[in-house]
Order: sequence, then structure tokens, then C-alpha cells
Amino acid sequence: MTVVDKIAPDEAKAGARTPPRPTLRHRLSRWDVKVSPYLYIAPFFVVFGIVGLFPLLYTAYVSLFSWEAGDDDPTFIGLDNFKELFADTQFWNALENTVSIFLLSSVPQLIIAVLLAALLSARIRGATGWRVGVLLPYAASLVALGIIFANLFGPKYGLVNGLLQTIGLDPVDWQAGRFSSHVAIAIMVNWRWTGYNALIVLAAMQAIPKELHEAALIDGAGTARRFFSITLPLLKPTLIFVTITSTIGGLQIFTEPKLFDAMPGSNNGGSSNQFQTVTLYLYQTAFENYELGYASAIAWVLFVIIVLIALVNFFLTGRLTAVKKK
Amino acid sequence: MTTIHKGLKRGVSALGKPRRATYVVLTIFVLGSLFPFYWSFLVASRDSGMLTERVPPFLPGGNFFANAARVFDTVPFWKALGNSLIVSGTVTLTTVLFSALAGFAFAKLRFRGRNGLFVFIVITLAVPTQLGIIPLFMAMSEFGWAGGLQSVIVPNLVTAFGVFWMRQYTLDAVPYELIEAARVDGCSMIRIFWNVCLPAVRPAAAILAMFTFMTSWNDFLWPLVVLDAGNPTVQLALEKLQSGYYVDYSLVLAGTTLATIPILIVFLLLGRQIVAGIMQGAVKG
Repeated sequence: MTVVDKIAPDEAKAGARTPPRPTLRHRLSRWDVKVSPYLYIAPFFVVFGIVGLFPLLYTAYVSLFSWEAGDDDPTFIGLDNFKELFADTQFWNALENTVSIFLLSSVPQLIIAVLLAALLSARIRGATGWRVGVLLPYAASLVALGIIFANLFGPKYGLVNGLLQTIGLDPVDWQAGRFSSHVAIAIMVNWRWTGYNALIVLAAMQAIPKELHEAALIDGAGTARRFFSITLPLLKPTLIFVTITSTIGGLQIFTEPKLFDAMPGSNNGGSSNQFQTVTLYLYQTAFENYELGYASAIAWVLFVIIVLIALVNFFLTGRLTAVKKK
Repeated sequence: MTTIHKGLKRGVSALGKPRRATYVVLTIFVLGSLFPFYWSFLVASRDSGMLTERVPPFLPGGNFFANAARVFDTVPFWKALGNSLIVSGTVTLTTVLFSALAGFAFAKLRFRGRNGLFVFIVITLAVPTQLGIIPLFMAMSEFGWAGGLQSVIVPNLVTAFGVFWMRQYTLDAVPYELIEAARVDGCSMIRIFWNVCLPAVRPAAAILAMFTFMTSWNDFLWPLVVLDAGNPTVQLALEKLQSGYYVDYSLVLAGTTLATIPILIVFLLLGRQIVAGIMQGAVKG
């Protein structure tokens, strides 16, 4: 078998010299070589089967039923859950909120991350120290963060409103307004992830050959020119990678809006659902209202949306790298 | 001319040599990163009355330990800490071990279906598993695991990212010659893994361990679904502190400070490695 040959050619040769009848030890060893790889990769497939694949498929099955928690005899209703969902204004509202928060967070986050990476890529003293400092928010727990920011953005005594008033502006009821709540939640997201993304961009920046910058410098290109004509184009694949990961995370945002509520513990996402996201709506439907069938339909629609956006990103990446190769 | 010459001599980076402005901007950014932690400690070390003051104090008060003690009276915080340690510790150990095993197999062993199975794992990276929480919750209830720590541990025993990460590292870190030599000496596969592969991939395993521990420690949605209030993790205990009609912020933020200090210490101790890990992952991925 190639299995043995590839791994231990010496042993195969040695086997040819010894008598043809394989010893027990030898047979055990062959068996070991054949079976071990499957044993080593088995844990992932078992766990993924149980917690990834099965739930995804079973979610599709449950979504076809009117299925309440504790219900022993759920009724099959076909695609009615999906029909209802597409006519559900609260769902569309949640989807809009999710996309709005996602855009408000990922766009400024990427821009700041690139600029920050540019600063960090200069030959600064204590480079590692600065990098650790920038990454600090990544260590915070989302729950602690949600609580702290809910306090900072509090309507009456929040520090942010205090500052606004100090410089002569009107205080904002951050939780009550739709746009203002999205801004506050986006700031929370950005605070945690900007430094992390900056480091990823920084790694890509450092991989850019120095000769390119040197050549441009000799041609008389200034700092800004080199940044826009060399650094930025070569960062494209990394930026798309960062966009994809933050899209997948951003579309599932849950903890921040849940903890930002002025009525702590609520799953409404504000008094008029002004910052309820899709995952928060999914959680409310399943574990507060116990409508498991309907919640499963929400989960599947969200899954399809995420896959579609990931695919769009994927093809975009392919096109951009194809352009680069030319 | 001289600037060009200087630039070439110093080695050129994206923005040239650092100016004072670079340090100023970075300092502002790092202070901004630190501020919410500091604010949380500030409120926790005083009483909630400070929040009604127009100009809040800038230095901590002396009530931190009193507020922290109230956290332990209000929610089962010791139990939550213990639970979080058990869950994150177990998940970290198994994730690193199983990922290293699978990474070894994918990187260095030949077997039928290897490439196909690996591509499958890479694809699953894009599947958001948290969308399956409803059937997973039903399954956990069925097993009678809901409320128990195993319901939080078992789904996280190993991750696609971990397998991917360890495979990438093992490819370069373990020479075939070493494996062959060990086989000639009559080593079993598992001994080769343990004595040859594992020591060689220790740096990658350490980075994976840190990330897994942090992710697991901070996990919220799934524990919220499957655990109950009497048997919480730290994150659930924090959320419980905050939910109520009247929010006592000195109490709540004492809780967030307590929960953040240990992970902040770990982060500051291992910061260099964590940064290196993120940057290394970015280049390879």
C-alpha cells in the first residue's frame, strides 16, 4: 500500500529482506498506520456532526412546523412560517437594524484600522508595547463591555451626555432613538475590534516588499502618494478577508444590543424594537415566546443571507486577485 | 535629495519615519482603549451617587472592596468563576489536543480522502454554528444535559479553526525525516505524535490555547440559552447583576471589574505572544 510506502520507505525495504510472513508486531504497526489518521481527525467530525451539521438540518425540519417548546405533537405547516416571516414587519425591522449597525461599525472600523496600521508600521519605539495597547479592548468580555457602554451612554447621567452638555450641545437619548442607538452600539463594536483588525492589516502591510516603496521614493513619490498607490492596492485581499469575517460576525450581533437595553434583561431591543437585531429577535422568538418553528425559520433565512453575502465577497476576492495577476 | 537618502537609509515603511504626531495619535488611541476599563473601576470604587454629579471625579474612591463584596452576596460569583474556569479550561485542553492530533494527520499522514476531508473542514469555517441553537437546545434537553456544564463544554470540544491552524503550522514545523526515523525505531503513531510532533508545534498550540480560552471565557449566547441562573458562568452572572428594575451601577461595574481583572492580567503578561499570534494568523490565512 502506498500508505506505508510514503511514510516509511525504509521500513518497506527492510521488510523485503526479512522472511515474507509478517510478524504480529509488523501487522499491528501496519494497522496502526492505516487507522490512526482517521482516529485523529474523528473528534472534529463527530463534534461538527452533532453541533454543526445536525442542528442546521434539523433547524430546517423544525421550521416546517408550528412547534411550541414542550409541544409533543407539533403540526406540519409546510412553508407557512417562511410566508409569515416575509410579511413580518418586526423581522424586516430587525434585518434593517442589523445591516445598519453592521455598516456603521465596519466602515469606520476598516478605515481607522488601516490608518492605525500605517502608524504602527512606522519605526516607532516600543512597537510591541503599542500593539498590545491597541489590542487591549479585545480582551474585554462582551457582557462587561455592554454594561459599561450602556452606563456611559445613559440618557440622564451618562458620561457621554455629560460631555456633550459641557461643550454646549444637547444631550441625546441614545437608547430611545433608532439612529442614535445604532451609533452607540456601533461605537461599542468598533471599540472592541478596531485594534484587532489593525494588527491583521499591519501584518499584510509588513509583507509588502520594501523595494516597491524605495523605487517610488526615488521616483519622488511622497508619503501620501505611496500610501494610496502602493500600500492600499496591495492590501486589497486582506481588506476583503477582514470584511468577510466582520460580515459573518456583524450579521449575528447579539450581546451588544441585548445589554444596551434601558430595560435590562429585555429582548425587545428598545421600546419600539429600534435596535433589535435578527439574532436578538431569533432569541426572543425561541426562548421568550417559545415559538421554535418560527424561530427556526428566522435562523435559516439569516443563514442563507450570511452565505449569500459570503459568496458575493468570495467572488469579489477572486475578481480582484485576478485583476492583480494581469 | 537628502530626504530620499535618509529614507532609504532608515528603511522605508508605509508612512516613513515616525513623527511626534504618530506618538500623540497612538497615545490617544491607547488611552481611549483603556478608558472604559478605568471608568468601570472608577464607578465601582465609589457609590452610584457619583453618576449624578455633573463633573464626575477622576480618581478612584475607597469603596471598591465593599462593592465587590456585595457582588458576591447578590449573585453566586464564586460558583460562576469556578464554572467558567472548568468550562474554559476543559474546552481549551480538548480543543488544543484534538486540533493538534487532526492537524498532525492532515499535515503529515497519508490516508484516503485526506484532501476532500480537509476542504470540508475549511468550508465549515464559514458555517455560523450559533444559528443551530434551537435543535442543539432541544438535543441537550433530550439528553438531560440542559443546565449542566457539559452542555456548554461538549459543543466546543474542538473547532474547525483549531484544526486548520494546527495543520498550517505542522506542515512546516515537523520534518518528515523525524517521523520516518521514529517509525524505523518502532514508534507507534501515537508516540510519534506525542514525542515528535507535539513538542515541535508547541508555539502554535500555545497561541491556540490562549484564543480558545478567551473565546470560551467570553461566550454568552449559548450559555444564556442552556444554563440556568443558579449555575451560571461569569458572563451570565454579570448579566444577572444588571437585569432588574433598578440598576445599582457601583455594584454592576464592580462585577465587570472583577470579571475583567484576571483576563486583563493574563493579557498583559502574554500580550506579546497574542499580538504575534494574530499577526502570524493574518499572514498565513
